[in-house]
Amino acid sequence: MSARIFRRNATMWSGGLLLAALLVGGSALAGEAPPVRLDSTADHSKYKELQQEFASGPELTKVCLSCHTEAARQVHRTKHWTWDFLNPENQQRLGKKNVVNNFCISVPSNYAFCTSCHVGYGWKDASFDFSAEENVDCLVCHDTTGSYRKLPGLAGHPPYKDVEIPPGSGKIAKAVDLSRIAQKIGKTSRDTCGACHFFGGGGDGVKHGDMDSSLASPDKEVDVHMDATGLDFTCGTCHKTASHDVPGSRYTPVGKDKGGAHMRGKEDKSNPATCQACHGLSPHKDAGMAAKLNHHTDKIACQTCHIPAIARGGVATKMSWDWSTAGRLTPDGKPMIKKDDKGRVIYDSKKGDFTLGENVVPEYAWFNGKVSYTLLGDKIENTEGVTHINKLGGSASDGESLIWPMKVFRGAQPFDAVNKTLVTPHTAGNDDTAYWKNFGWEKAIETGMKVAGADFSGKVGFIKTDMSWPITHMVAPKEKALGCNECHTRGGRLDRIEGVYIPGRDGNSLVNLIGWIVAGATLAAVALHGLVRIVRRPR
Amino acid sequence: MERIYIFTRFERFWHWTQALLVIGMLLTGFEIHGTYHLLGFAKAHQIHGIAAWALIILWVFAIFWHFVTGEWRQYIPTMKNVDVVLRHYAWGIFRGEPHPFKVTRRQKHNPLQAQAYLMVKVLINPLLWISGLLYLYYNELAARGHHFDLASIALAHTIGAFLMLAFFIAHVYLITTGETVGAHLKAMLTGWERSDEKSAR
Repeated sequence: MSARIFRRNATMWSGGLLLAALLVGGSALAGEAPPVRLDSTADHSKYKELQQEFASGPELTKVCLSCHTEAARQVHRTKHWTWDFLNPENQQRLGKKNVVNNFCISVPSNYAFCTSCHVGYGWKDASFDFSAEENVDCLVCHDTTGSYRKLPGLAGHPPYKDVEIPPGSGKIAKAVDLSRIAQKIGKTSRDTCGACHFFGGGGDGVKHGDMDSSLASPDKEVDVHMDATGLDFTCGTCHKTASHDVPGSRYTPVGKDKGGAHMRGKEDKSNPATCQACHGLSPHKDAGMAAKLNHHTDKIACQTCHIPAIARGGVATKMSWDWSTAGRLTPDGKPMIKKDDKGRVIYDSKKGDFTLGENVVPEYAWFNGKVSYTLLGDKIENTEGVTHINKLGGSASDGESLIWPMKVFRGAQPFDAVNKTLVTPHTAGNDDTAYWKNFGWEKAIETGMKVAGADFSGKVGFIKTDMSWPITHMVAPKEKALGCNECHTRGGRLDRIEGVYIPGRDGNSLVNLIGWIVAGATLAAVALHGLVRIVRRPR
Repeated sequence: MERIYIFTRFERFWHWTQALLVIGMLLTGFEIHGTYHLLGFAKAHQIHGIAAWALIILWVFAIFWHFVTGEWRQYIPTMKNVDVVLRHYAWGIFRGEPHPFKVTRRQKHNPLQAQAYLMVKVLINPLLWISGLLYLYYNELAARGHHFDLASIALAHTIGAFLMLAFFIAHVYLITTGETVGAHLKAMLTGWERSDEKSAR
């Protein structure tokens, strides 16, 4: 699922330029001093320990840890490793291994596939040793070659020998060269983060809508900060990481950052990835409209105006997923795939029907950063209505909310029709119960629920679900930010936002009625008066 | 026939600039209110804001002028002869009777007219001004701990706008009720008013 199909052109370019500059600089000093790397204090290609063949990832990790003694145990403390997170605000047990979503649904019973996006090696089932330091995968985040890849089904391992994937497809995934990658190890990049985060939900751009492979090397139009020939931010520029713990999580987002810009020397434990963490609370500086725009920041998230659409980079995002239509086979019993006129998959027997969208206008909602999930075992009250996979808190009056843009992902997914709970189907696997091989929900869900340790009645139904994704990436250049007219009108973008008076949208209908009656009556009276004057005009 | 110089250069400048600004603000204001789409909210908002400040500056000068010249006395309300003027508009005007009120330099406006202008000055304008300034600055006020509800501010401002619109309609009509249809308009343009009861209509 994490196949890295793009190359990091821009960073390679800038790296190449840097190298060339260094070589020129070096030769100018003709024999006085060898060229020096300025991007790091260590050139890993010079380490004897790395100049050897490695049979497996863990073997290499042991060598990494011989110098970076604390690194693995730092990683062990993070969500990237545990896939487990206790929300301190509402005590919900979240994390990738616990939540159920309406994309690929859930991780348990599908570990060997899902963990191709785990920062470790070997998580194939519950027996995985989370305390083993050598199980940490350094390369997946620190590769600079663009050649490292982890394949679904290998439980977080990269291919150590050439493999055909999917089996029978004729497509060969080359074995990774661990030694070469290790010698070129470096900082994280848009590509390394993107190897998983661009492909969430099972493919490029599927899940987020504001993160896809177009951010590997975006131009200014797509992302004003990551602009590969401009500011060239990496993910880590905003998600400023210390001790391997990446800040800015979707489980506990910041709805309204009142703290203002971070400052060196001033201790600030707030999320460094918010807009305000750099831009402060009065970000508009241009003369003219600046003051009025700054007034909007107490009600409107920066993202609402500055990210005018979802999926702006040319990669479509999934907008809906109907699992209830999965399992239709060709007359000879084979799974099938249907594509739209742009060649995008809109039906897959394994997964059901999809709709996709590019440049989608977001939905808007008050959001205070508080998120509660419908988890496995939670009773679904209304099986006819829409179940919210995650429910976002917020209102006009709580003082903690701003109006945010959202990708609302809608779908239908299997549930336990008797116990009225979400279910965790066993989808991926080459066995007798995996849905994607056998197309039987009952067996797939039975297996999945057993692994998850949850009750299953055996009766499968389908419920409508939705899931909200606050949009925060792909910030457009300021010239492309939304203008006043988008919202200050009836039927505009914020038409359904409650609790706030929006000039151009709102008004008091009684006052309007009386006002027009008064103005109309005045007009009628003077018209009548004038008419009588004309008629009675003395000749 | 007698001609008197009734509107000084400043008064005429004040009147016509105000007329232009008020018409502009009515047009843009009702667009901001969402009544129609003409220029788009952004442009309407921009013009409305500029016109507001221009009008405020104009009014500061006008108020100053009223006090130093003593012209504010023109607006001291009286009920004397109001009935006569009302009778004229309701009856006499249709019979071709001349206006019962004789314009003088000391009393430029008939008592009904003076009352109407006074209402604009002490009721409609302050309502629009105060609500308009609150509309512009409610964020700054909130930051200083004075919280105003934007919907209420907008409501007051809208009421003011409807009253101004009604005044504007009546005013534009009533200027045609001079000795000739164009007489009052001409006076406001040139400053000179014909004041001869016997002159034929």
